Amino acid sequence: MKMFEKPLTRGLAVLAVAGVLAGVCLWGIFGFLRSSVPTVDFSKTAGPVNLRVQTVAALGFGPHPTWVSYLVKDPAGAWVHSTIWQLPADRQINVTVEEYDSGGALRNNLWGGITGTLDSQAAINGQSTAVVDPSAGNGIAHTFNVPDLGLNVPLYGISSKAKNPCSAAPCSTSSDHNTITFSFHTPPGAGNYRWQCFIPCGLSYLYGNGGPMGAIGFMSGFLKVVPA
Amino acid sequence: MAAATERRDGIRILGVWLVLSAIFMPIVYFVWGPHLPPGGMSDQAAGQRFDNRVLGVVATPVVLLVCTFLVYALLFWRQTGEEIEDGPYITNKVKFSGWWVGLTTFTVLCLAVFGTYELENNNGAGTGSGPRPIFAASGPMLPVQVIAQQWRFTFRYPTYGGMETTSLMIPQNEEIQFNVTSLDVIHSFWAYQLGVKADANPGVNNIAFVKALHTGKFNILCAELCGLWHGAMTANGQVMSQASFDSWATQTEAQEAPVTKLLPKYSTVYSPDEAGAGGNYYGSQYPVNP
Repeated sequence: MKMFEKPLTRGLAVLAVAGVLAGVCLWGIFGFLRSSVPTVDFSKTAGPVNLRVQTVAALGFGPHPTWVSYLVKDPAGAWVHSTIWQLPADRQINVTVEEYDSGGALRNNLWGGITGTLDSQAAINGQSTAVVDPSAGNGIAHTFNVPDLGLNVPLYGISSKAKNPCSAAPCSTSSDHNTITFSFHTPPGAGNYRWQCFIPCGLSYLYGNGGPMGAIGFMSGFLKVVPA
Repeated sequence: MAAATERRDGIRILGVWLVLSAIFMPIVYFVWGPHLPPGGMSDQAAGQRFDNRVLGVVATPVVLLVCTFLVYALLFWRQTGEEIEDGPYITNKVKFSGWWVGLTTFTVLCLAVFGTYELENNNGAGTGSGPRPIFAASGPMLPVQVIAQQWRFTFRYPTYGGMETTSLMIPQNEEIQFNVTSLDVIHSFWAYQLGVKADANPGVNNIAFVKALHTGKFNILCAELCGLWHGAMTANGQVMSQASFDSWATQTEAQEAPVTKLLPKYSTVYSPDEAGAGGNYYGSQYPVNP
């Protein structure tokens, strides 16, 4: 151990050890902080992209099994717990939402209007409409809203007295649900477009906007539009 | 000898400072001033720009004194010997200290009076000072309600059937009364180029005024940290000619009629509940909520 008797060598050794320790700490911290929500890539799809999504009342797995959430079916056909979807630019996106959650009132009824879709309409269980009245029928369970694209689609909820509700995701269509379909066009340029639900569905959290509403991967996410 | 050197240094610094101030103060006011934020898109923005010009002119001699002193010290008070020694203690400078404290206090108090006056007249009308603002614009005006919620702004026009939009359109050369409120937490409505920045508090109608002088687009941001998407809580605004605004408003009112029917009756504040935006949203089943 004679080599460590020299001050320079000893200093370098201390620096090296300190560097390694700092690196391990930073790796751990940033690894913990980094979002683990996977990006589901639809940009390789030719022609119109068919996006199949479901909204569930309780995810049923992971660290927050009781939280409401969106899920998406990847191009291989598997349901993925993700709200970051990569889409090709300048392309028609056909969205089918399987909605398994019960409905209620909106905080702002403006979000009952459908905007930004190809014909400013959406179909609920096959029936086209431009407006969903949140105080009628089962009410609205969630909304799909992309502010920078002017896109807003309210998702009509199932009855709170549904006999066969889905209890854990991914839900099967044999459970009570509504099917909402609409189409929109992605912008010609690349960009990240945030989207969120405008129903304060984070129940038991402050103003209903904590928990799943304040976490990417549940009730908000990004449309990552990339060049086709 | 030392006293004479000190006096010489003092006179030199004072002289350079006075010359630089005489040069830069007009430059700040007349050359840089017209380009200071937030610009001149509205009466209130132009007023705030005037305030920034005044503050800039007042700050100029202060900055120059500090810079002159630093540069002079670097040039003439360099340590020449090998050893670093502390300089002599400064004592018996009560008169100098008195002038220094007195002048700076006077400057700050004058700015406080100026700022308060400016805030409470037309130049500060865009700040919003509650439901009964100290300064209120007079004459005919267009009321526009700004509704904040996590995480978007929407805008309601009570004189156009109570329609609500996601972009803010206002006419040129007409006094606008913004009624700013929130449906959940505290936000802040900041229309930067208009010189309008008013807090959006739940259950409070915060009134701000603006008169746009020029047509064009402006940016709206939330200026109060309000949660995950605070940074993305933006909206677009546009000042239009009166004719264009009338046309837009009439067309939008008709187009939005099916959605407007769903909205609660226009009110200066809202308390959303399970049945919509009209009661107390949070019942006893959510004890953690206010």
